[in-house]
Amino acid sequence: MKPAVFTYVAPHSREEALEAARRFGSDGKILAGGQSLVPLMAMRLARPATIIDLNRIPDLAYIKAARGGLAIGAMTRQRTAETHRLVLERLPLLADALRWVGHAQIRSRGTIGGSLAHADPSAELPAVAAVLGGRFVVVSTRGERIIDTAQFFTGYLTTAIQPHEMLVEVQLPAPPAGAGWAFQEIARRHGDFAIAGVAVVLRLDADRRCADARLAFTGVGPGPVRATNAEAYLKGKRLSAAVVAEACRMAQAALDPDGDIHASAAYRTHVAGVLAARALRQAAERAKGQA
Amino acid sequence: MKRAKKPAKPTTRRRSTRRATSRQMRPVARTTVRVRINGAEYERTVDVRKTLADFIREDIGLTGTHLGCEHGVCGACTILLGDQPVRSCLMFAVQAEGAEITTVEALGTPEALNPLQQAFMDHHALQCGFCTAGFLMSATVLLRENPHPTDAQVREYLSGHLCRCTGYQNIVEAVLAAAGPPSRAADRRREK
Repeated sequence: MKPAVFTYVAPHSREEALEAARRFGSDGKILAGGQSLVPLMAMRLARPATIIDLNRIPDLAYIKAARGGLAIGAMTRQRTAETHRLVLERLPLLADALRWVGHAQIRSRGTIGGSLAHADPSAELPAVAAVLGGRFVVVSTRGERIIDTAQFFTGYLTTAIQPHEMLVEVQLPAPPAGAGWAFQEIARRHGDFAIAGVAVVLRLDADRRCADARLAFTGVGPGPVRATNAEAYLKGKRLSAAVVAEACRMAQAALDPDGDIHASAAYRTHVAGVLAARALRQAAERAKGQA
Repeated sequence: MKRAKKPAKPTTRRRSTRRATSRQMRPVARTTVRVRINGAEYERTVDVRKTLADFIREDIGLTGTHLGCEHGVCGACTILLGDQPVRSCLMFAVQAEGAEITTVEALGTPEALNPLQQAFMDHHALQCGFCTAGFLMSATVLLRENPHPTDAQVREYLSGHLCRCTGYQNIVEAVLAAAGPPSRAADRRREK
């Protein structure tokens, strides 16, 4: 349970980090909070030749208000974000979801960017990015590109980030004023990997009909899964018990999770549906009817 | 004897900057680490693959920090990095350069336990004691940030620690006892 031999470099600036990423390419591995990478190295599932440690770069950790939402530096600690005034005011959904990320002792070190770049299929933050329509700022020595959530998560533990690139910021738009939100998850113990989880954002019109609903699941696919069929179905409807049940049935039908030691595929699908119903009801309670 | 200062030539300056950068940017397998642990300064040369947990135990000789799983699940190796609880098996020693670290040795002594340690003893919150140092470090931060936590808050905060002896009940009771009853001022705030 000791990591294999590697060499280590700790750039002090963004430019140095990008230079290192360019120089070491796929032999290099960027180390952010280390709460996923170091266990993989301890178990020798990852054996990077060179570690590029971002922890000495001061200007990659920040939370800024940006165009109605937040711009969060990749090296922002999860625990910092969870308790940050701007997050609590503008994106309570993110604060709520962060409480499900590992434990306090993990979040004190774990970073927002690290979790997103690691792209664990049962991670909470990818679902939050998916439901909010987050954008990812990825840079290299050649320049910057901004990637939408749908293009960012490309598969199991895989993102659109290339070996010479680095995630520096995630931009999370705040839901429209008056929108309701919810994050629901079931894990075997608090802090364990999710069996299933779901993030919901919805808007009600003055008639309390659903003007717009978004659902993104975690733990039931290779990455975050948007339930676009259920979203389309909900539009214009009052969230009666029957409508919620039908939306959840539609969402479940579109899921195709893998079974594993923690839960069978059928159980994950079942749990996802139950959580979606809870989250829709909770989000509707929080939503203010708007003209 | 003082060496006469040469006027700095721009070319020299450029080269020295480049050298400084490349020195920093040359990957190393072994390096010197300076840290402050429980108020004392230490400097050791270590392999970069060495975890902070192994560094604390093997290089510094502070064996109160225990290693259970060595991959971030059990919480036994929790220490304080600055004022936050951190799993020392998920950090490399080299990353602690310049950091302030607190381990269980800083809490109390066998002769003079601190109030939290005393509460653990009084409430039978340990049996074999292997996990205890980690629980103590996390509970220390919990009570600092939230002096009168509820039962549920204690359970959530300590959920990152495994104990195979106690069944947790006595650990939760010990932490609540160490917190003591909430002050009347806090009660009044809560009622409002």
